[in-house]
Amino acid sequence: MNVRAHMSMLFHLDKCIGCHTCSIACKNLWTDRKGAEYMWWNNVETRPGTGYPTRWEDQRHYRGGWELKGSKLRLRLHSRAGGLGKIFYNPALPTLDDYYEPFTFRYQDLFNAPAGDDQPTAIPISKITGDPLDIQTGPNWDDDLGGSGIYASNDPSLDGVPEEVRRQMNELERVVFNYLPRICNHCLNPACAAACPSGAIYKRAEDGVVLVNENKCRAWRMCVAACPYKKVYYNWSTGKSEKCILCFPRLETGQAPACAHSCVGRIRYMGVLLYDADRIPDAAMVPDEQLVEAHRKVILDPFDPEVIAGARANGIEDSWIEAAQNSPAYKFVKEWGIALPLHAEYRTMAMMYYIPPLSPVVSVIENELFKLDLADERHDFELFQRLDAARLPVKYLANLFSAGNEQIIREVMHKLLAVRLYMRHKTVRGSVNGDTLGYLAEAGLTTEKAEAIYKLTTLPNQKEQFVIPQYHRETAVEAWKDPLAHKGEVGFGFIQPPQRGE
Amino acid sequence: MDWNTFFFSIWPYISLTIFLVVTIYRSILRPFTISSQSSQLLENKRLYWGSISFHYGIVLVLVGHLIALVIPKSVVLWNAAPLRLYLLEITGLGLGLWAVAGLLILVFRRVAVRRVQVVTTPMDAVVLVVLLVSAISGVLVATLYRFGSYWFTGVFSPYLLSLATFSPRIDLVAPLPWLIKLHVINNFVLAAIFPFSRLVHIFTYPIGYLIRPWQIVLWNRKIKAQKIN
Repeated sequence: MNVRAHMSMLFHLDKCIGCHTCSIACKNLWTDRKGAEYMWWNNVETRPGTGYPTRWEDQRHYRGGWELKGSKLRLRLHSRAGGLGKIFYNPALPTLDDYYEPFTFRYQDLFNAPAGDDQPTAIPISKITGDPLDIQTGPNWDDDLGGSGIYASNDPSLDGVPEEVRRQMNELERVVFNYLPRICNHCLNPACAAACPSGAIYKRAEDGVVLVNENKCRAWRMCVAACPYKKVYYNWSTGKSEKCILCFPRLETGQAPACAHSCVGRIRYMGVLLYDADRIPDAAMVPDEQLVEAHRKVILDPFDPEVIAGARANGIEDSWIEAAQNSPAYKFVKEWGIALPLHAEYRTMAMMYYIPPLSPVVSVIENELFKLDLADERHDFELFQRLDAARLPVKYLANLFSAGNEQIIREVMHKLLAVRLYMRHKTVRGSVNGDTLGYLAEAGLTTEKAEAIYKLTTLPNQKEQFVIPQYHRETAVEAWKDPLAHKGEVGFGFIQPPQRGE
Repeated sequence: MDWNTFFFSIWPYISLTIFLVVTIYRSILRPFTISSQSSQLLENKRLYWGSISFHYGIVLVLVGHLIALVIPKSVVLWNAAPLRLYLLEITGLGLGLWAVAGLLILVFRRVAVRRVQVVTTPMDAVVLVVLLVSAISGVLVATLYRFGSYWFTGVFSPYLLSLATFSPRIDLVAPLPWLIKLHVINNFVLAAIFPFSRLVHIFTYPIGYLIRPWQIVLWNRKIKAQKIN
């Protein structure tokens, strides 16, 4: 057993209102620079939709992630020698048009325009060339299903959803969407790191953050294509790749990442997960339908004395083990089993987790809009038994969150629905009937667990939402030099600006 | 001191000194600035035709020069049969033309595509001009003064060797036609601007990728790194 710790984020999709506050917080902190304007380390997509960059999930085109060939796991992008051969031109690399041309407006025109009969306007200009720009698209052009006939119907995750169901999703009365906030998944088996010819991308063992060493990056840009989530971006100005850093400078000072901290819906949770690095290769090589289960097995029980001993042997501090025991990520992912990684079939073992959304209105599960003659709980029960009639197709959610395994989605949805039924009866009616308890049992939950899920879902305070242990960076310095010497060296001096090399 | 002395016994040393000192300085103290500065994100259709042609053409031509330099005798022996001489010359000329064609596409792209214009520095322009002079003069030498692979071994192999032993033999190169001289001088110009330009990325060609582990995991504490990884 080789125990390592990981800071994982968890997204409760039922709580996401799609306001993009996370994206803006991130942009203001990290990507408001020349060359980085088009980067959205954190973005929020409307689903069904094509996402950002357009159709990033289409791996036949972008060749991201890993594939199982026989008994070997291979990068979909290239072999080692093939990667070196394609270094002068990389066919799978998205171009700026797959993202969008970043733009601003020429506001000075509002003040400088000569006097005239017309109101002056601020025309859009490109942030790259500075030229006037006819804006064709943007990072969120299909927000809230805008233009869904053009965008949403191209969503690769709709593959395998029956034509009839897809038609229904387009009917105004049945139209459905959910939001999908995305950051770098800080994978256990990162394809970006494996594809980087320079070896500039590494994973921090202490907390699992995947980083690009900007001093080693040589702009071979294989990471951009190899990341199946398209979360490594190429800075066209400095000629270096950049990606989400999980706000490690904030984590190291005890603060949650900016996206999580600013989330108005409080959909995000942060916590430590302990995992067994020795199990990664096997877990990444099981057939598709077993991927989620194998992934869960890599995460270790922080209460198990053997795991604790292994963690201590690897130098993981007791405060981290304690944080892992209180971790909301551990509870949602392992203990309750209702949080899933995004697109497990990419086999990168994503370490950010999602609680899938419930479908919005249960009253239209039959072919009529409302069935008012039925009692409220009948609707609940019908949806519990008839998940196939839910507005969001199970197959669609399975394509997103469980590598196509519908059974896993059903289990998760049943748990979420059972908790909802149970709490509704308890708080609204004041009593819980036998049927409800039966559904709770069927979903594999006890009343204690249901209440715990309810509490952490709806009523967490910030300390329960973000369980961030002390990083003890002062001890990390010891690895490189005498701490007292280091202390005397920092604070003053010249800093080299990150200028473009000519 | 005449021009020949300057260009063939002094200028090479100035050029190579700049080349070595600045490249080493930049690699160690300014690593962030070393990058291939790819602009594929901004434009990729013309880059496909330009970059692949130029890179493979110029690299193979360079390897050809290197072979003639390191094992001149084998090249002479290979050329003993006319058919093999023609084969070698035609291959070399083809590769040179391929590189020139690629370079012209790249120059055209820099000029014509607005997005690429924006990321073009003055040094990029200098590099492109010097490379163009180098490649075109090389192709011209190959066609006008046949057969390069034949006389290169007799002239430049000993001349460059004499440079390496700090006793430059100007007598070998002084009588050469001006076009060949231009090719040589220009390549030392290229060496001199090399460390100030994006060309430094050549030295970081990631050959280590063939053998490095897929994943790189770093522990903060070195002790841990030794014990576990």
